[in-house]
Formats: sequence, C-alpha cells, structure tokens
Amino acid sequence: MSQPTPAPTLVERLDALYEYDREPVAPNKLHGGKTFIAMFAGEHVAGTEFVLGPLLVIHGVSATDALGGLLLGNVLAVLSWALMCAPIAVRERLTVYWQIRKIAGPYLTVFYSAAFAVTLCLLAGAMVNVSTTAIAHPFGIESPNYAAGEYFPSAPWIAVAVVIGSVIAMLAVLGFDRIAHFSKICAPWMPLIFLAGAFGALPILGVSDLASFWEAAQTKIWTGVPATGESKYGFWSCVGLAWLCNVSQHMGMGDVTIFRFAKKWQYGFASAFGMFIGHYFAWIASGILCAAFIVTQKAAGVDQPNVNPGNIAWLGAGWAGLVCVVLAGWTTANPTLYRAGLAFQTATPNWSRWRVTLIAGAVMIFTACIPAVNFFLDRIVAYYGLFFMPLGAFIFIDYWVFPRIGLQKYFAEKRRLTASWPAAVGWFGSFGIGFVLFAKDNYAAFGGVNAWLPKWLADYRADFFMQVLPAWILAVVLYTVCSFVQQKFTAKSAA
Amino acid sequence: MKTFLKSVSYLGLALSIVPSLLVFAGRLSMETNLNLMAVGMVLWFATAVFWIKRDQGL
Repeated sequence: MSQPTPAPTLVERLDALYEYDREPVAPNKLHGGKTFIAMFAGEHVAGTEFVLGPLLVIHGVSATDALGGLLLGNVLAVLSWALMCAPIAVRERLTVYWQIRKIAGPYLTVFYSAAFAVTLCLLAGAMVNVSTTAIAHPFGIESPNYAAGEYFPSAPWIAVAVVIGSVIAMLAVLGFDRIAHFSKICAPWMPLIFLAGAFGALPILGVSDLASFWEAAQTKIWTGVPATGESKYGFWSCVGLAWLCNVSQHMGMGDVTIFRFAKKWQYGFASAFGMFIGHYFAWIASGILCAAFIVTQKAAGVDQPNVNPGNIAWLGAGWAGLVCVVLAGWTTANPTLYRAGLAFQTATPNWSRWRVTLIAGAVMIFTACIPAVNFFLDRIVAYYGLFFMPLGAFIFIDYWVFPRIGLQKYFAEKRRLTASWPAAVGWFGSFGIGFVLFAKDNYAAFGGVNAWLPKWLADYRADFFMQVLPAWILAVVLYTVCSFVQQKFTAKSAA
Repeated sequence: MKTFLKSVSYLGLALSIVPSLLVFAGRLSMETNLNLMAVGMVLWFATAVFWIKRDQGL
C-alpha cells in the first residue's frame, strides 16, 4: 500500500510558484537598453500621478520646493536604481524573491510576499478610485470630496467603482498580456495629455508666456501656503516623496527582477525616463491643473473645490483627459492586481488562480471606495516604501560589504535557516524606530514618547518623507551588528 | 499600409499636444482645443494598435 503524499508546506508552495525563475537568466534572454527605456517610460505614468501632483499643491509647497525638490528627489531615485539595484541584478540575475530568500530565509520571505500582496491591493484600489472619478464625471455623479468632510462615496459612485473594479479583476484573471500591449500603446500618448492639459490650463492662471510662468508658479500654483487644515510640506518633503515613491523597487531591490534581464548595469539609468516623465513633468502638470481648477471653482463661488483626477483632467483636456485618467488607472491597476493575486496564491494552495485573483479584486474594490486612501496616498506610498525597503538594504550590504568585513554572504541560505533573526531585527527594528521617531511629534497617542528619550532624540523632528535615509542606515546597522553576533556565535558553537 | 497607419498615428499625437500650445499662445479657444484633442485621441488609438508590437516580455 502506498503512503499518502504529505501536503506541501507553505514554503514549498511558494518555492514552486517561483520555481520557473529560480535559475539565473540565460545570456540569450538578455535585453538591450531600449527595452528598459520603453518599460520605465510606460510604467511610471500612472493614474496616481493625478493625485500626487495636486497633493503637493494642497500641502503648500513653494515653487522652488516643487521644481527643485522633485528634481533632486528624482535624481536620487535614478541613482538608486543605477548604482544600487541594477549592478546586483546583472551579477546575480535572480528575482527579488530568491534574493530575499538567500538572506532572510523562507519564513520571512513568505511574510514579505503576503504583506506585499496586501499593499498591492491597496495601491490597485487607489488606481480604481482614480479611474472612477473620471467615469463618474460624464454621468454627473459627484466624487466624494474628502477635504470637505465627505468620508463615504454615494451609492451610484460605489456602483461605478464596483463595475470598473470587476472589469479589472476579470481581465487580471485572464492574464495581462493584452493589457501589457495596450499599456505600450498608451505610453506615448498619456504624457502628452498631461502636458497638453497643463499648457491649456496655464492661461486660466494668467500665464500667457514663459516669463509670466514663474510669477504664477509662486503666487497661484505652489504658493507655499497649505490648504486649510493641511500640514505644510517643504523642499525636503518633495525630495523625500520623489525618492520614496518607488523605493521598494530601487533601494528595496524589487526591480532586480526586471534588471536581471539587462545586458549591462548601466541600463539602470533608463529609470530616468520613467522618473522625469512620470514623477517630474506629470506631477508638475497635474499640480498646474489642480491650481487652475481651484481658481475656476473659487471664481464660481465654490468654497471647497473638489480636487480629484476626473475634475482636473476634464478642465484641462476634456474627453481626452477623462480617457487618460481611466487608462492611466486601469493599465497600472491590472498588472498590480495580477501580481497581488500571484502573491496571495501561496497562502491558498487548493484555490485556483481565478478565485484568488477575484478575492484580491474584492479587496481592491473595497479600498477604492475609501476616499481617504487617495487623500493620504502620499503617506501610504511612503509607509509602503519604508516598510519594504530594509530588505533591499540587506541585499545590498550582504552582497558588497559582508565579504569585506569577514562576514559570510547569504548566511541564511548556506545554513538552511528558516528565518534569519538579524534580518527580522533589522527589518522590524528600523521600521518601528523610524515610525516612533515620526509619530512622537505627529500622533497624539505617541506624544508621551519624548519624555522617555534623551534630549537630543526628543528634539529630533523627523520629516516623514525624508526618513528614507535614516531608515536605510538604521536597517543596515542593525542587520550588520546582529549578523556579526550571529555568525561569530555560530562559528564558536561549531568549534 | 504601415507607413500610412504610422502617419495617421503621429497626426493623432500632434493633435493631442499642438492645439494646447496654441491655447497657451492665445491663438485658439479652449473649446476647439478640447475637440481637437479628442480627435487626436481617436486617431492615435485607432491606428497605433496595428503597428505597435507586443513586448517579448521580461
């Protein structure tokens, strides 16, 4: 009588899911620079650019903060891709899943995948929300104005979101090859709509030539004065937001999965096409559209204008603008949801892909119906980046520094550890400490923390978006010190 | 045929951006600009789909 086959463990299921990319990429599968330029230019003009640009206006950045801060932040992002992510990707040619597994062990990798899936659902929901504001517009359905205290959308608005979300979920179930092709078709057109919308809206702000732009930029667009009740963002907030926005992909090493197909590490600089089109010009353009919308609404006697992607795109680009918002949201929500479904599937072994993706879609639709998600999108994006970034920091240090200071790289893999405690301490420790140092001055529940801290730390005022640097340093220090203890202790007990 | 399709696509892209520059210069009304942008959008999507190739995938 044959023995029943034992059910595979969670770790085995996860490994099986990623089995096809366990081996390094073969030389005949490598791509040239043009592939990466096209990919970055296409992927980083998303529906959420219509949200983040206006948020900088609402949070009162000045013109210098916006133009200079975003410039510096995007340069730092490109350098992070080119100098941190791409070089390791072309040397190891493995996905981020296998890179993390080598340093953190399978259990932490499972946790990473699950947390990443939930976060992807949130982001996909934000993109559905963006698309819904555009489709609701021609039907005369008003999108919720969170700033005016409308915390829940109307029933018709929810109905539109459910329809859009369902279509996206069904397309994700079918796979996203055709959507990827359609995204490629949208790529040259969408940035032009942002640009055209901004140029068309400038006369509303009294700008008739380039010479008058700077004055309007300072007095009507990025005035330096936040909207009533909103916190003030400055130069370093702009730097930090632009840098943090995709930090899980560059410093967090998520894009080693992409750059493992690159012939040369220098292709990391192709990220400039995504950053400067999507996170510089598109944010500036949507900021201009936001300011023009506020001016027209206030002129019409509206006290609290409802700034949302649908409204601002309609003002500057009409039907083309609405279609652009829908497509920008849809083409990015779809692969995001597909990836979330893939990650969720590991925890549900007997469920088919379509069922898992539909459940992820339900979470996405629920998220899309929460107006707060887009109102606080900058913070959600920042938390997401700060949470996942430490693992990329470990990959970087493990690869470049450990062999030089007498520590073994990929220790967890070599010793077959199920979870690396130095990685756990570095990951949760750096995120937790970074969060508390920000929360102590910004959230009432953490107000008492200052009393327990030494004066120099109590006096420290963390800029939320600029925590990326201290968080990276903290993660690296904790991970290195703990790895030193772990490896020396293990060596001693072996002797 | 492909050359013709490409030409129409590029005309669509031009109609998406050039009219807004004319609005900025005060030489075109916003309403005309929005209509031309819509026409440009239709031209682009109706033709680009036939000549932009699928990715080989990363």
